[in-house]
Formats: sequence, C-alpha cells, structure tokens
Amino acid sequence: MSDVLRAESITKRFGGLVAVNTIDFTIPEKSIVSLIGPNGAGKTTFFNIIAGIYDPSGGRIEFRGSPMIAKARRAWLEPILWIVPAAVLGLLTYVLASAGAPEGIVIVGLFLTIVSLLIVMVVGAARPLPYQKQLRRVGIFRSARPNDMVVAGLGRTFQNIRLFPNMTAMENVLVGMHSRLKTTWVDALFSTPRDQKEEVTARIRGNQLLELVGLRGVGDQLAKNLPYGDQRRLEIARALGSDPALLLLDEPTAGMNPNETKQLTDLIGRLRSELGLTILLIEHDMRVVMGISDRVTVLDHGEKIAEGTPAEVRANPKVIEAYLGAPPE
Amino acid sequence: MSAVTAIGPGSQGAGMRARIRDFSDAHRSATIVISLAIVAVLMTILPKIPPLSLIQNEAPWFDAFANAGIYVLLAMGLNVVIGLAGLLDLGYAAFFAIGAYAYAYSNSPFSGLDLPFLPMLIVGAAVAAVFGIALGAPTLRLRGDYLAIMTLGFGEIVPIVFLNLDTWTQGTNGISGIFRPEPLPILGEFSPVTPYPYMIVMVFIVAIAMILLYRLQDSRVGRAWNAVREDELAAAANGINTVTTKLLAFALGATTAGLAGVFSASKLTIVSPDQFYFQVSFTVLAMVILGGMGNIWGVAVGAFIVYLIQVIVLKQLNSLKEALNLPAFDLGPIHVNISGIDFTNYQFLLFGFALVMMMLFRPEGLFPSQRRRRELHIADDLAGPIEDDPGVVGALGEAPGADELFDGGDKPEGGQ
Repeated sequence: MSDVLRAESITKRFGGLVAVNTIDFTIPEKSIVSLIGPNGAGKTTFFNIIAGIYDPSGGRIEFRGSPMIAKARRAWLEPILWIVPAAVLGLLTYVLASAGAPEGIVIVGLFLTIVSLLIVMVVGAARPLPYQKQLRRVGIFRSARPNDMVVAGLGRTFQNIRLFPNMTAMENVLVGMHSRLKTTWVDALFSTPRDQKEEVTARIRGNQLLELVGLRGVGDQLAKNLPYGDQRRLEIARALGSDPALLLLDEPTAGMNPNETKQLTDLIGRLRSELGLTILLIEHDMRVVMGISDRVTVLDHGEKIAEGTPAEVRANPKVIEAYLGAPPE
Repeated sequence: MSAVTAIGPGSQGAGMRARIRDFSDAHRSATIVISLAIVAVLMTILPKIPPLSLIQNEAPWFDAFANAGIYVLLAMGLNVVIGLAGLLDLGYAAFFAIGAYAYAYSNSPFSGLDLPFLPMLIVGAAVAAVFGIALGAPTLRLRGDYLAIMTLGFGEIVPIVFLNLDTWTQGTNGISGIFRPEPLPILGEFSPVTPYPYMIVMVFIVAIAMILLYRLQDSRVGRAWNAVREDELAAAANGINTVTTKLLAFALGATTAGLAGVFSASKLTIVSPDQFYFQVSFTVLAMVILGGMGNIWGVAVGAFIVYLIQVIVLKQLNSLKEALNLPAFDLGPIHVNISGIDFTNYQFLLFGFALVMMMLFRPEGLFPSQRRRRELHIADDLAGPIEDDPGVVGALGEAPGADELFDGGDKPEGGQ
C-alpha cells in the first residue's frame, strides 16, 4: 500500500511561536487518519500547510509521488528562470541593433521581447511550468498553492464553514468542480458545443454529489439559507467536486447533535468504501475518531506526542495527560 | 431579467412579463439583439417627433446617443471588474485613453497612417488588453483598498505620461485631425453633421459586447469570478486560480474600455490627455453603482440615463433658467443669483447626492442583479425559511449582521 501523502519534518513558525514542530506524517492510501489534540495544538496549521495555504518554515511534502510543498532553498532563482526567454530575446535584439540591422527588425525584436515577458509573467503566475516538478525537487521552485493542490487531487473543508453564501447549493458544487471542467473563457464567449455539453454533464454530476451527501433537491437554495448541518454536508459535496484522492475534513461534526454526528460518520465511511477516498480528519468528538479511524495521530503544542491505532492511542498516558491534564500525584 | 422587461415593449400584465422573462432566460442572445434593435429604432424615430424634437435637432440627438453608447460600453466593462469579479478599479479611464491613443496613432496626419476603422476597433481593444494584463499581473495579488490605490495611481499616471511625452503625443494639444471612419454601405458618411452611422455602429458594438459578457457571466468563468468575489480563500481551496481569474476580469474590462476609446477617438477626431482624467473613471464608477452593480443590463441602462441627464437635462435647465431670467435677490446674508448658475458645473454635486440617496435607500442600484439584491437584503432572507434555526446566523461566519453591510460587507473592494 503506497502513501498518498508523505510529510517530512514539517515546521511552521509564526514569529517566535512554533506552531508545528518537525512533524513526520504519512497517510496510506484508502485509509482514514485522524489528527487530534487539544485546541491550539497545531492541527489546523498543519492542515493548512498540507492544503498549500501556508508555506512551511521547514520540511517538505510529497503528494501522490510529486514534491509539492517545501521551503525552497533557492526560491529567488525562480523569477529569474521565468524571465530567461524574454532576456534572451532582448539581448538578441540589442545585438542586432548594435550590428546595424534595419529598424523594422529591431522594432519586431522589441515587440517580441515585450510580448514574451508578458506571456511569461502571466503563464508563470498561472500554471505549473513544465520544469516545475524537477525544480521543486532541488528546492528552487515555490510551493504549490492551494489551487495547485486541488488540481493534484486534494479536497478540503474548513473548520468554520466557508461556503459561498450568496450562491446556490448547486453553484457551490459547480465551483468545486472548477478544476475538473475544461471549458475556457474562449469557449464561453462563443458558446461552443463543448461548453454547452460540459455544463449539462457538470450539473448532472453536481446533482449526484448533492444526493451522495444527502442533500437531494436543495440545489436551487442559497447556501446561506441551508440549515447548519446541511451547510457542513454541502461543503463536503463541494470538496468532492474536484474528484479528490485525499479529502481533508476539518472538524466535520463540530456543532452537530448526536444524531447528525452519526449520519456524518456514516457518510465519511461511505466516502471511503464507495469512492475509494483517503481521508484525513481533524475531530474533537472521540466517538467519531475512535469509531472510523485506521490510525490516530495526537498533537500537542505543535509536537507529535503519539501515533497508532485508536486502541493504542487511547491507552497512551501522554494522550490522557494532554487532554485531561497531569494526574494529581 | 427585470431590466429587459422594463425596456421591452408593451410588457403589461404579469403573464406577459413572466413570458418575456422566460424567453429572455432561454434565449439570452436573441433577447439582446431584439431589445437593442428596438432601442435603435426608438432612437431613430423619437428625435424626429416632439417632445424630443423641441429640445434640439435630430443630429445632436444622434450624437448624444452615440456618446452615451461610449459610456454604456465603459460601464459594462467596469461592471466585469467591479460587479462580477469584485475588484475596485479606480483608474479605469487609463484603458479608455490607451484605446483612444491607439486609434489616434493608426489614423492621423501625426503618424501618417490611415488604417481601416473596424479592424482597428479590435486592435485598439487588444492593445488596451495587453496593458490591462501588464498592469494586472503584478498588482492583482493585492486586495481591496490596496488594489484600489494601485489602479488610482495607474489612472493618474497614464494621462500624465501622454501629457509629458511631447514628441510622441504632442502633449497638451493632443493628436488632432484624426481621420473619421470610412463610409459604410447603406449608413453612409460618418461626419459631425450626420452622426447617425456612429449611433448605429455603437448599437452594434454594445449588442455584441453585451452578448459576449452575458455568456461569460453564465459560464464556468463567471462562477469563478463570483466565488473569488465572495470568498477568495475558499475559491482558491476549490481549485480556482485566483490570480488568472482576476487577471481575466481585469483584461476584459480593459478590452471593453479600449473598444470605447477607439470609438471615442474616431468620433471626436482629437485625443488629448485632459479627456481621460479621474473624473471619467469616477463617472463610470458612479454609473455602475447607480445602474446596479453586477447586472449587465442594469449598468447599461444606468449609464445611458446618467449620461443623458448629464448632457441634456442639465443643459435644458440652463436654457430654462435663461428663458425665465430670474432677477437676483438677497436671502438674508446670502446673495442668490439663479441666472448666474451654470447647472452643468453641478453634475458631480448631483452624482454625490444621487449616490448618497442610493446607498441609503437602494444600495443594490436601480436595476440590481438577483445576486446583489440577495446580498444586500439579508433581513428579508433571514425572515424566510430558516427563521426557526438561529444556528444558521452563526454558521456562516461572515454572513449577516447589519454593521457588516456598512463595514465593507458589500464588497466592491473584493474579498475581505
């Protein structure tokens, strides 16, 4: 069984505060791994590092075999690499001009230089350059941003629900599918058959996802008008829109009653069995954690204090101490 | 589309209105073409008959309508940037200027070139788009207020550059004697005495721009703009490349402004830096807000109305005042001399007053989009289906709350 995600000695400092301290962490394929710990233990920070929202202060992350996130040692080289094509063209133009080439050629050269600079600026900002993976391996390229991680196959929900409140449930799911839809703005401008066809299939898929999380028939309602539990489910449906291989759930049952919690736990189980997802879970409800996790990792003060099967972790005195305080002597 | 029904002919009765709305939703492009054809016919006929014919001859009317079209285009372009993608752009006139100067170079004794008009529309728009990308690529990482300041700076820099590059732009004098477009079949000569072809070409341009913008708004790209506007972090965490998404909106806004610039230069036959100062950006912004941010029809109608008020109604007030010839009198310590007032100088006072009234009574604009109305009338929504579940209010951390509305909750600044 290969690992979906492998994190090595991840560290994150906010000024003097070490939020996450040299954590090694792996997630095997098709497993449910839980991350627990008291509030302020660094769980969500670690989550955000994996999702590409924070750059770690140190360490690296490999996602599905590719290096994604690292503290790049020579990141300052990256913009220079972007500019190389434009610089070469500019130099060529300069040489031509000083060699006495006709004015027309020089103007064309200048024009091409400017255009290539623009293209490089936009493309460099927009999408992975072809040599990005190799450069990231040697520590030159920047970390993947959140949208790069989604394209690579990661979906996530937020601790505080972050739906798009004024969009309908269906639109929320369609936004989740954004990275899997192929139509560009040019297709949209000319309303090409590809665009129309994809829009129809996307809506069918969106309905399936809503049904999967138990939200049949609410597609037309505004996200902000849904009940709290449904908003949580909708966020999961939205994350599923990108067909992720790894789903990060940040306290999915927070604020739910026992009945809703049970339903959501069942849903998480089904996501693994039916969709073959790997799931990383942050959770405070120990019944959920112990019930569905294959492995549990415990963080406290940014350090990993225990790791193992639910039974092992439950018996670990350090864990009990972290949650309940040291027993009176 | 309520705005469509408002424009459409004879939309009496709820049944008729509903049928028109259904039709416009199902056949958006056809609706736009039909509506604008009707608008073109009305704009051709109305100036020939009273009351409009009493105000001025038909040629100045056609001229005013064509100029209004320039502002309609500008407003629709700015609406993409502000209304759809939520980026506050205060330097929008810069792209208008770039489009205008692009046409001035291609068609004037100054450069000695005489390129055809219609292709130059596209070229001018493309040049403006390139500048939009060049400005946007480094700056669109900024958010909200910072982006607004950046664009404000750019909007100030561009006219100043045109002013000071004497050898290239003839400084204050501007580039004059720009050639008018070559005559079109049927429509005939483009000239100041017969501005009719300008008006018809403008209607065509507006129709095409409107169709394309509507298609974008309803597509995957439009959804991404909306998502970025509502919550940038959540959008990024759902696979939207926020930088390119915002860049596309910015570039499209610039393209539309460039189109308007080319048209304006060909019509005025002169470009000079003083046509593109901040007041243009501000006027267009006011048009977008008054018309109903986010609704393409709304801002188009808003811009049209605001422009006509600006150039016709205020002038009429002036001639009314002259006809009445009221004597000056003293009201206590204040000396009142109505005859001495030039109403056209008070347009910004009027804008300010209208905007304040708008923010108080109808913050979503005259013709709001469905989405804006929902955002700004949260109280109505909360009275709806979730009344019995107080948890929801807290559930969406950034959702309701009256003070949020006044604290940048309605976010033309985008994101946070």
